Amino acid sequence: MADQQAENLYKTALYDLHVELGAKLVPFAGYAMPVQYPLGVKGEHLHTRAKAGLFDVSHMGQVRLVGENRVAELEKLVPGDIAVLKPGRTRYSAFTNDDGTILDDLMITNAGDSLFLVINAACKDDDIVHMRANLDNGVELQELSDRALMALQGPEAANVLARFAPDVASLKFMSFVEIDIAGIPCFVTRSGYTGEDGFEISVPDTDAEKLARLLLAEDEVEAIGLGARDSLRLEAGLCLYGNDIDTTTTPVEGDLNWIINKRRREEGGFLGADIILDQLANGADRKRVGIKPEGKAPAREHTMVLNKDGYDIGEITSGGFGPTVDAPIAMGYVAIEFAEPGTKVDLMVRGKARPAEIVGLPFAPHRYFRG
Amino acid sequence: MAKKFSKEHEWLEIDGDVATVGITDHAQQALGDIVYVELPEVGKKLAKDGDAAVVESVKAASDVYAPVDGEIVEANEELDANPALVNESPENDGWFFKIKITDASQLDDLMDEAGYKAFVEGLED
Repeated sequence: MADQQAENLYKTALYDLHVELGAKLVPFAGYAMPVQYPLGVKGEHLHTRAKAGLFDVSHMGQVRLVGENRVAELEKLVPGDIAVLKPGRTRYSAFTNDDGTILDDLMITNAGDSLFLVINAACKDDDIVHMRANLDNGVELQELSDRALMALQGPEAANVLARFAPDVASLKFMSFVEIDIAGIPCFVTRSGYTGEDGFEISVPDTDAEKLARLLLAEDEVEAIGLGARDSLRLEAGLCLYGNDIDTTTTPVEGDLNWIINKRRREEGGFLGADIILDQLANGADRKRVGIKPEGKAPAREHTMVLNKDGYDIGEITSGGFGPTVDAPIAMGYVAIEFAEPGTKVDLMVRGKARPAEIVGLPFAPHRYFRG
Repeated sequence: MAKKFSKEHEWLEIDGDVATVGITDHAQQALGDIVYVELPEVGKKLAKDGDAAVVESVKAASDVYAPVDGEIVEANEELDANPALVNESPENDGWFFKIKITDASQLDDLMDEAGYKAFVEGLED
């Protein structure tokens, strides 16, 4: 990356470490981020599934909502049941808009005295404006812009982290704890974006490099870039905002019905509820599905999906190669009558129709720690 | 046999009127782990700078252009089963195709090994 270009980009607290580790840095959502390290995307991907990988995700937004009415106010903007979340529990959700489509997806944690939110880097400025404009009744939004965020993911992640903070070993998937890791005060959530067991760790910027070095010094841990992060989450069937869900897709179309909890289905009261609840009751015209190309050629995002009669029935939104399944994999949207797993379709890659099949997600099984 | 290089990071090993073509070590390093190579069919006629092959890494697909006008006389079928050959042996076993050159004067536009090395160093500045 040319220096001139780098100067216009934000740097995370781990920027110098990335450079030292030999990372290839690319612009991503306004930040200079490591897309890969010398191990390479495939090696990093396989290492994460075999042992443990450390990801810098400090570009993501971290905010705290305080005020007595924070739960009810946030529920105006998301379709999840936040009131039911106990202290120390985390839930995946989405900001919807009046059209019933998705402004961003996010993690919401009941941190006891506040709600702790993690939002996407590319959306965070808009999300904050959206929340400030809509959260009333004394709810205050605090940007935690002096904190880094890293993810430690993989089957050895818990063993590694427990060396520095033994109590994390018993933390369950989608749970949260404020805990010292080697004396550094952290917010730890047992969650991630790889399908593996693991943690997301929010740490003050000033201690981020120290913590990262400590974790990387463990035998099982390698630094992992955004390239492998993308192939890992695609194998895990997880949505990438901007590709698989955006302001043209509703949660129902995105096969995210499960984020619309029972009470919210009955009560509504979130942006776009009329449209989303109507789709829940009557079905949507299209749906996000897994797509498995036959053969070895990957089909990338925006590849057209055809039925066997040659008609356009949809589009791939994320596609590439899955190092763990050792085959091309994809997800995308197809017309609802073709969404059933087992349906044979064609993918138009470089002017040629190539056979593929609709499949269930994920491609690689989730291995979360549910206690 | 003379070896030539293009600005698109291909190498050509020229034997009479047939050139064996692949991508350079520099190119494979930049692309990362190769997971799929789509090769041209034997008999296909290509024009210089036209699409000849596609090389795919985990992250992205990249086009490989024909460095000269010609007709494909052989494709490296080994790459179907083992695309990683392009990473392991980019300038030998990882060759892509052999092309029968129809306009030998186009070879004059290509670089020799020293010229290519200087070209790559220039890109890295």
